[in-house]
Amino acid sequence: MEALTPAAPIIHIAGLGLAFEQDGRRTQVLQGLDLDVQAGEFVAIVGASGVGKSTLLRVLMDLAAPTSGDVRIAPDPAAERPMAMVFQDARLLPWRRVLANVAFGLEKTSLAKAERLARARDALKLVGLADMAERWPHQLSGGQRQRVALARALAVRPSILLMDEPFSALDVQTRENLQDELVRIRQETGKTILFVTHDIDEAVYMADRVIALAGKPGVVRAARQIDVPRPRRRGSIRLAEIAQEVKTDITAEASDRGPDFVI
Amino acid sequence: MLIVRAPSRTPGNSLQVRPTLYAAIGLALFLLLWESVPRLGLVQSSLLPPPSDLPEAFLREFRSGQWSHYVGLSLNHYVLGFLVGSGLGTLMGVLTGMSKSLEWLLAWVVRLLRPIPNLAWAPFAIIWFGVDEANAVFIISIGVFWIAFFAAHGAIRSVDRDLVEVADAFGFRSGPERLLKVLLPAATPGILVGVRTALGQAWMAVVAAELSGVSGLGSRMMQASSLLATDIVVVYMLTMAALYGIMDAGFMYAQGKLLKWKP
Repeated sequence: MEALTPAAPIIHIAGLGLAFEQDGRRTQVLQGLDLDVQAGEFVAIVGASGVGKSTLLRVLMDLAAPTSGDVRIAPDPAAERPMAMVFQDARLLPWRRVLANVAFGLEKTSLAKAERLARARDALKLVGLADMAERWPHQLSGGQRQRVALARALAVRPSILLMDEPFSALDVQTRENLQDELVRIRQETGKTILFVTHDIDEAVYMADRVIALAGKPGVVRAARQIDVPRPRRRGSIRLAEIAQEVKTDITAEASDRGPDFVI
Repeated sequence: MLIVRAPSRTPGNSLQVRPTLYAAIGLALFLLLWESVPRLGLVQSSLLPPPSDLPEAFLREFRSGQWSHYVGLSLNHYVLGFLVGSGLGTLMGVLTGMSKSLEWLLAWVVRLLRPIPNLAWAPFAIIWFGVDEANAVFIISIGVFWIAFFAAHGAIRSVDRDLVEVADAFGFRSGPERLLKVLLPAATPGILVGVRTALGQAWMAVVAAELSGVSGLGSRMMQASSLLATDIVVVYMLTMAALYGIMDAGFMYAQGKLLKWKP
């Protein structure tokens, strides 16, 4: 990762490609993917399953190595880590209480234990679970677990939050609550957020910009700025129109080629 | 048709009393049967000493100081053999669980050594260590090594890969970091299953090891049986049962403390 000039985007991806080989067969997941993200931007990435949305986040988090292309992350002096990730399932460590789970990433730092726990408490407060600090993960609901996972990511003070379908396993009511919470937290902290989802309404409701991935291998099919002032009204006609356009972006190419499979 | 769900007539706490009651009845019946077989003259009491003879035999053995002497020796063998065998077994199991290349390297060494019964090592134990404490410790530790090895290996290998990825995402990427932050805590329940099995297996190995002449309750039992003092043999059998029972209960208590995060 090289330093970029201040005016440059915080994330610069050019010509990213990723392939993996299994049983002698090569599968190209991503190819020639270009994407720039500005500091403080909330970008949602949508697309059908298998299009490489999660793979893109995994490359950014250095959990998967790209086979081609260039990924640059601009350093952010105000943040302690370039990025932190929230997964689809909360992935809390069951042998740690909630507070210790939130403090997990901080154990990589040189902070004293008291300082780590104080920070973890602050992060828990931010997600509204201050009174759950001493619970075990199995005592929490799905929504609470995902809040703890978000707190764990926020606690390390990252410049960028990578979120991989974090609300997809939750019921509608909980999901909408968490969407509003995330929008609030983003306004309070000014984090850059990359949010992968297959829920187009969710993407359009929260994000500043929606990137549609499509094809096999996946490439950026379209990018749409969501010029709807905040606070946004869930289910407004304008948002529904944009959602319809995004839906068209995703499905346009698939209909050209015919479906890969029929359910 | 009217469906009625009648309330249960038995109160909830009867479920806690009944197992204990049944266990007591079962034990009493067993002792009664045991007592009646020699008393009714079905078997000579020197071939099967009735339980009512045992307190007196125990007191005789205890007052002469023999009981404490031999139990002390055996406990020493037991503790050392158990610690060495399960300690090394767990260590090797964890290492081969973490490193594929080490597992491949040792695959045929394991297949070669695994089926050899620990008593088959007795001739070598005598040549290497003499008829000495180290001899017994060696044989006992072989007896428990494999149990701990396979339990630890399996436990490490079945740790949820998603949790390892969480450690990666938060920067814990070296072997020791992964081990301490995720692998070991996640594998602890599985490792303890092996340790608990080893706790019982080590007692069997104690008797076997002491049959070859190393002084302890095994050698004392052989001595007593050659004099047809079968009541003394049974006293030591019950002594072992009691010691194992206490240790297993203590182990379960400690395990409950250690795994209190388990639902």
